[in-house]
This record gives sequence, C-alpha cells and structure tokens, in this order.
Amino acid sequence: MSDDLDELYQQVILDHCKGPRNFRVLEGANRKGEGYNPLCGDNYTVFLKMNGDVVEDATFQGSGCCISKASASLLTDTIKGKTKAEVKALFAKVHDMITTGAVSDEGVGKLAVFAGVHKFPARVKCAILSWHAVIAAVDGENQPVSTE
Amino acid sequence: MIDWAKLRADFPILDQQVHGHPLVYFDNAASSQKPRAVINALSHYYERDNANVHRGIHELSNRATAAFEASRERVAKFIHAKTSDEIIFTRGTTEGINLVAQSWGAKNLKPGDKILLTEMEHHSNIVPWQLIAERTGARLVYLPVTGDEGLLDLSKLNELLTREVKLFAFTHISNSLGTVNPVAELCERARKLGVTTLVDAAQSAGHLPLDVQAIGCDFLVFSGHKICGPTGIGVLWGRQEVLDAMPPYHGGGEMILTVDFFKTTYKKAPHRFEAGTPDISGVIGLHAALDYLDAIGRENIFKHDQELATYAYDQLAQLKGVRLFGPKTGRAGLVSFLLDDVHAHDVVTVADQRGVALRGGHHCNQPLMKKLGIASTARASFYFYNTRAEVDRFIEVVRGIQKFFGS
Repeated sequence: MSDDLDELYQQVILDHCKGPRNFRVLEGANRKGEGYNPLCGDNYTVFLKMNGDVVEDATFQGSGCCISKASASLLTDTIKGKTKAEVKALFAKVHDMITTGAVSDEGVGKLAVFAGVHKFPARVKCAILSWHAVIAAVDGENQPVSTE
Repeated sequence: MIDWAKLRADFPILDQQVHGHPLVYFDNAASSQKPRAVINALSHYYERDNANVHRGIHELSNRATAAFEASRERVAKFIHAKTSDEIIFTRGTTEGINLVAQSWGAKNLKPGDKILLTEMEHHSNIVPWQLIAERTGARLVYLPVTGDEGLLDLSKLNELLTREVKLFAFTHISNSLGTVNPVAELCERARKLGVTTLVDAAQSAGHLPLDVQAIGCDFLVFSGHKICGPTGIGVLWGRQEVLDAMPPYHGGGEMILTVDFFKTTYKKAPHRFEAGTPDISGVIGLHAALDYLDAIGRENIFKHDQELATYAYDQLAQLKGVRLFGPKTGRAGLVSFLLDDVHAHDVVTVADQRGVALRGGHHCNQPLMKKLGIASTARASFYFYNTRAEVDRFIEVVRGIQKFFGS
C-alpha cells in the first residue's frame, strides 16, 4: 500500500472502524443530532447526555465508510467531559486539520490521526460527517443536518 | 478481426500513470474517454469554422450550420429515425427527459393519470416525473425489481400497465445493475394500450445497435459524453407526430417563426425545442464520435464489453465475501459489487491509489439501493478500449483491499 493510504487508514482508524466504540443508542440521552451525506448515503445519529453545558456521555448509531465510522467513534470518546464551547473549539481545530493537514499546537489529541485525510479531498466530508451531528446536538437542534 | 489494442491507442488519456500505477479506467458508465478523432473535430471546428448557426449569411456561419445539420442527419441514421427532424439536441439524457416531462407531460397528464416507471431508474428518470406529477396531479407507479439479480419483475406488468397509465418510462440498461431490459417487448405491451413510451438509452447508446423503429418507443434519450462524444451534448428522439403536437420547452431565439410583442408563433420540431445558440462544437464532436463507433461496429463493442463484464463477474464470484448485483448472464458491460465489511467508498479510494478508477456510491439509484437494503455499491464499468489484463489487475487490487481491511 502507498504511504498516502497508510496515512489515511492509520492503524487507529482501522481499529475504530472495525470495532467502533460508543456504538449504541444512549439511554437517557437528552440531545440528538443527525448527519447525512447525500453523496454517499452515509448517515449517523449522535446521542448526547448533557448536564448543563457539559457533555457527560456520547454515543452514535448509523452506517458509513471506514473514515466516517472511525471519526464518529473517536470523536464520541473525545468529547466526553467537554463543555459546549470546548467541543466547538475542538471542531474548528479538527476542521482546519482535516482540510489543510496542519496539526494545531493546541492539540486535537487522538483525533490527529485524521490529518492524512486532507490528501483525499473526496473523503474530507466523511471525516467531518459525525461532527455535524455533534454540533447539531450540542446546539440542541433535533433536525437532520446535511453536509452539503 | 478487430485490433482492440490499436483502438485503445486512439485514446491519449489512457496512456498515463495515476498514483504511480498505469491507469485502469473502469468508470465508463459515468463518462467515457474521447478518441483523437473527436478531440480533433473539436479543435478543427474552433480553428477553422467557428460561427453561430442558422442565422448567418457569411461563409463561416454557413460552414458551421452545414456541420451542425450534418450531425443531426448522422444521429438520425445512428438510431434509425425516419427523419432528422425527429432529432433534438439537448444537454444530455437528463435534459431530454425533463423536456418530455415538462412539454409532453404538462399537455397530456391530468389528475388520476399514472406514470409508470421501474425501480431501477436513475434519478434523472424519476425526479422529472415527480415534478410534473406534482403539477398535473398524475401519480407515479413502479414496476418492481426482483432483488440482487436485478431483473424487472415482468409478472407484475399486467397489473401495473393499465389504461390509466399515460406514460411508461424505463431504462434500456441499468447503470448500477448492468441489466439489459427487453425494451421492444415493453414498448409493444404499452402500445397495445395506447401508452406513450420513453426509453432511457444513456447506458445503451454507443454500446449496442439502436433502432427506434425496432424498439417501437415514442421517445428515446441519450448523452454524448458516455459514448466518446463531448460533455454537454445529448439527444432526444421523438416520433415526429408526437413532437409536432408538443408545446415549446424553452423560449428564445432559433425556435420562432414570428415574434410580436404579445404573441409568438413557433417553428416545428426540432427547432421548436432548441432555443438559443446550441452547443455547436458538442454537436460536431458527437458526429465524429458516432462515426468512430460505427467504424468499430456497435455489435462488436457490445460483445467485447459483455465478455469483460462476464469475466470480471466470474472472477469476483470466486472471491470470498463478495456480494454481486445484477443478472448472472446476459449482462451489459459493468459489474456492481460489495465487499463484506468494507464500504464502497473505501474500496474506491484504495483502488484509486492503485491506479484503478471505479465508482462507489448510490449511482443516482437511491430508491433501488434502499430496496436492496444497501447504501451503495462499488462499480466497474467497461468500454471497448478496456482489456482482460486490466480486469486481472482490478481483481488483484480487490484482493489487496480485502487483505488491507482484513475482511
């Protein structure tokens, strides 16, 4: 496999796509967000349990490619314990990293494995899909959100 | 004996490396590549003859008009139309269907009428009908597909093709399943009930001989870019008496006889439906493409594509963990498949890194995908310049993908 492919499908990503974490409906969730990509039909629902402004627990359901599933898996892990503002700030950094390849000094933690996606413009949407669902959920929207 | 390797050399684009590997272009159902003859026809037109058509009196305009109308004659021969007046140039298959839906549909559909489609239609043969159904109060009904094998369930035809149906529109070859539908039989059944028919030939024109008289349809549509022609040009064929009874689609120059401030009279078909300056270079490039295809012989092209598709299908069927779509025999030149636990987009991304261009997704067949219980498939689609060695390379890449994702 080429270097670019190894960078795209890092071991952590392959691991999370084969065995996604937090892949269930969340009992007692009080927020829900949906992400749908009309190009490929990929569709995820993110469930959050929020205590005030803080994400206490996060899970997801749905189907899609390896990149989108691993992204949803890692991201639901990462946002637990973060405030709404912290989640949004993290999204801005991750979005920047996925579109430019630049990993921010502030750190995006485990989500740095998605830096390789920027070399595959057609796959940027996959990595960001579940983020749209999360942002919709923390904002308290219950409408499906499109990535288009 | 056809020298396929020599034909392949007519396509400059195929001779390149992609991500460090020789390009294997298997996305022909989306768009075909162009031979030098077509590229040269375009540059010749722009270097020597470019001018607006029909209105001019000077030499260049005369040349452009002659070449433009010669292409219309050529298209008429290509599909055995009775006259070139039955050939309307469009932007492509999609515009052709929209034209029929908006013009013929608005005039002929009323509440209670039915439009019969099939479950394997491309979005372009569904959405235009939904739009006109909404406007006219007509209803859509669908002839079912049998399942993964992807055949039309003809046992349901009697029940669905009734006198309430005003129009029956269906694809000749499915872009996601590779099914070749019995179009002549479907048209004959429709004709007996006085139902107007439209055949979507986007995947069949340029892949097998087309004869609108033998098919017996009322409308037939196809695109230039899928059959070695330029992008942005397509054809709508309609029976002359049907076309002449249809109101204009777009208004503008070229399509009028006389214009008053409040009243206009229109030309007959085809000009009635070709408002504005047309895609002249596209029309001229299409002519070159049709000449090129017929020099090979469309029956030879079909045989070649079918052999490759059958070979690819059989090779994939031998691998473990592969779900195949479409008929086992008699398929057109494409294969749709899924690998266990690997999403189609991951298949396509990895294949691309190995130089193999596939298509992954719903192929503008979302309702069909839902029916089959899937979100997408990966698709390899062939044309006459593809080779058996390329299929072998594709299979090797698919094995590598299975290994990579550990499925």
